[in-house]
Formats: sequence, C-alpha cells, structure tokens
Amino acid sequence: MSSRPITEDDLHGYVDGVLEPERVADVAAYLEDHPDMNRRVAAFSDQRDLLRRALAPIAEEAVPSQLDLAGMIRSRQRRASPVWWAIAAMLLLSIGGLGGWVMRGSLQTSPAGLAALAQEAADSYHVYAPDRVRPVEMRASDSAQLVQWMSNRLKQQVKLPDLTGSGYRLMGGRLIATSHGPAAMFMYDDDHGDRLVVLTRPMASEQSAPMAPHSGGDVAGFAWADGGMGYSLMGQAAADTLKPIANEVRRQARSI
Amino acid sequence: MNDMLRLVEPVIPALRRYARALVRDRAAADDLVQDCLERAISHWNQLREGDPRPWLFTILHNLAVNQFRRSSRRGRHIAIDEANEDDFGQDAVQEQKLMYQDVLDKLARLPEDQRAVLLLVAVEDLSYADTARVLDIPIGTVMSRLSRARERLQQEIDGTADGAPKNVVQLRSMK
Repeated sequence: MSSRPITEDDLHGYVDGVLEPERVADVAAYLEDHPDMNRRVAAFSDQRDLLRRALAPIAEEAVPSQLDLAGMIRSRQRRASPVWWAIAAMLLLSIGGLGGWVMRGSLQTSPAGLAALAQEAADSYHVYAPDRVRPVEMRASDSAQLVQWMSNRLKQQVKLPDLTGSGYRLMGGRLIATSHGPAAMFMYDDDHGDRLVVLTRPMASEQSAPMAPHSGGDVAGFAWADGGMGYSLMGQAAADTLKPIANEVRRQARSI
Repeated sequence: MNDMLRLVEPVIPALRRYARALVRDRAAADDLVQDCLERAISHWNQLREGDPRPWLFTILHNLAVNQFRRSSRRGRHIAIDEANEDDFGQDAVQEQKLMYQDVLDKLARLPEDQRAVLLLVAVEDLSYADTARVLDIPIGTVMSRLSRARERLQQEIDGTADGAPKNVVQLRSMK
C-alpha cells in the first residue's frame, strides 16, 4: 500500500471505476479499515447503478424519425446545392456591378495603406466568418499545403500564426482578392465558436508601420506592417482581448 | 459527411438519455437533441481531434441551460414529477418501475448544476476532465459538485433530507 493519503476524489474515482489498479487496491484496503466510509462508498455505488438502470431504457428506445441524422445531413446539403451557389454567385455579381456603379465616385478616395488592409480584413470577416458550410478554402489539416500555396501566390514566405496559446485554433485559410493583389486570410475559432481572421499581404506603401486599432462595422481589430508585409487581425471580441493576440501574431511573424 | 454519420449517430441514444434526464419531458428532450444535431452538422468544422462525445454533450448542455433560463423567464413550470410510464421498458416489473421513477424524482430535486455533473459522470461515463470541458468549469468544481450531488441524493434516498428540501423550493420558484 502506498503512503499517499486517500482523498475524497479517490473515493469517487473508486465508485466510478476510473482509478489506476494500484490505487484501487489502496482504496479497498482503506475501506476495509473504515466501515463508515465503506458504507458511504457502497451507497454511492448503489446509487450509480440505480441511476444507470433507471435511465438505460431511454437509450434503448428506437430513435424517433425526428432525429434521423442522415436525413438532416441530406436536407442541409440540398439547401447548399450547386444551384443555390450559382444563384448566390449571380446575386453577388449583380450587387457588385451595381455597387461599382454607385460607388464609382468614392473609389478615388478609397483607403490606402494600413486602413485599406484593415478594411479588407473586416470585409473578409463579414463575408466568411458567418459561413457555416465553407468558411475556409483549405482546412487546418492541410496547413502545410495552405502555407505553401499562400507563399507562392503572395511571392513572400507566409508564416501561419499559431494562436492556440490564446485559446484560438486554426480552422484553415483562403486566398482573398484585393485591389492591391492577393492576400492570405487565416481563420481561427475558440471553444465558444467565436471566430477571428488574420489577413496578410505585401504592402506597396507603408512597408513598416506601428500597430494601430481599426474597425469596420461590428468588427474591430488591429493592423500593422513589418518588413513590407501588412497584417490585420479582426474579430468581434473586445479590443483588450484582441490586442495581446495581435501582439502574438506580430511576434511570431517577426521570428521567421 | 460519412464521418459525421459514423461518429455522431452512435451517440444519439446517449444524448436523448441525458436530455430526458435533465428536462423530464420526452418531446422537449427530443427537440433539444434535434437542435443539438442541427448545430453539430452546421458547426462540424469546429470538431477537431477524435471523440465527438464531449463536444456533442457541450452543445446539448448549453441548449438545455438556455432553455431553462428562457422558460424560467417566460414563467413556464418545469415538470419535476411527470415521469411517463411509457418511459420505462414494457416488461419491467411494476415494483422496479416505481423504484426507478422514485430515484429519478429524487434526482430532479438536486440543483441543476449538481445533477448535470452526476449524470455526465455516473451515467454517460464522461471522464472528470471531459465533464469539466462540457460544463466549462474547473475540474476541482466537478469533483466538489459530484460529491455534493451524491451526498444530497443519498439523503433523499435515505429520507434524511430536511423536511422541505431547499432545492424543491428552488425548482418550484422557477414557475
């Protein structure tokens, strides 16, 4: 028997059958010497058995057709069928055409430099973050290929920020068309499903600029430029949440 | 899509069991599970490594909690002793049925946070760590709630819970 004292957690672990075999022996020996505890643990075990037996019939019922998973998946795929994609694409094109005409006057004053980059990141967030079907073109599982592809298209070595330390996991990425050429977008989410995007592309002007806050609609974040590459991080989280994450992206990008 | 079917479908009976044990109403519980599956399908890309069970239970639990909050705001009574006889196996003997119904009634008197821990650990066989993830609480809190849930349920079973147990009042006050 080991000298580690038996804890309350050990007793529950014993009841739930999750202890290591040696620990089980320790607890069993302890219970032999402590009849009161033994009765209590036995009662907890009985309780557990009773609950399991009382609830088992529910899991044995035939699953109602309301919960036919295959059918649910099929109907979702129908909703996202190619016809709908085509209609959506035509709508986007016509809105784009109309928008281009209406906006033709304002184009001359469209933002440049970091402001443009931040706007592109915010736009990407608005378009792709709410997308539940295909928010990214390439998923995190193909991240090596993703980085290779982005680097080829941007003609720059792109580094994939790792934000797991901040609670955000990479979902994947896609190439974004901007009026300044291709940009790489990476999307992340946290355990609550909250998403954020990091957009990066070569900068023609403002090759190096300090980090500054930017916002676009209901998203906000930061943009900066380092060594000819611009970066913008956008999300719906509070600025004081996003700031350290932006710092982390910058730190990692600098350590290429 | 095949992955989804292969990984999620086998968990559906357990999800129904957990939902029913929480809300005690067959139709309401299956509605929750349906919502949970819809969300799992549309958020499938959020599932990362291996076992989808903790992830599915997280979605289901959050939906159930939201519903509790909504219905307490709307002022709907949450049934705590409406066990339906159809809920139990047809060939189970009457005495056993009553015993099962009795323990479920007693379980329903536990505060919701203790009930959730006890169900996930003791019935759904989630590890303590996965239970902590599902409920978004530290593992130490899982252990203390588990301990309180077991003590409390044992008092109910032994009939030593104080005359009018506090949590009955708490549940009734959800009216």
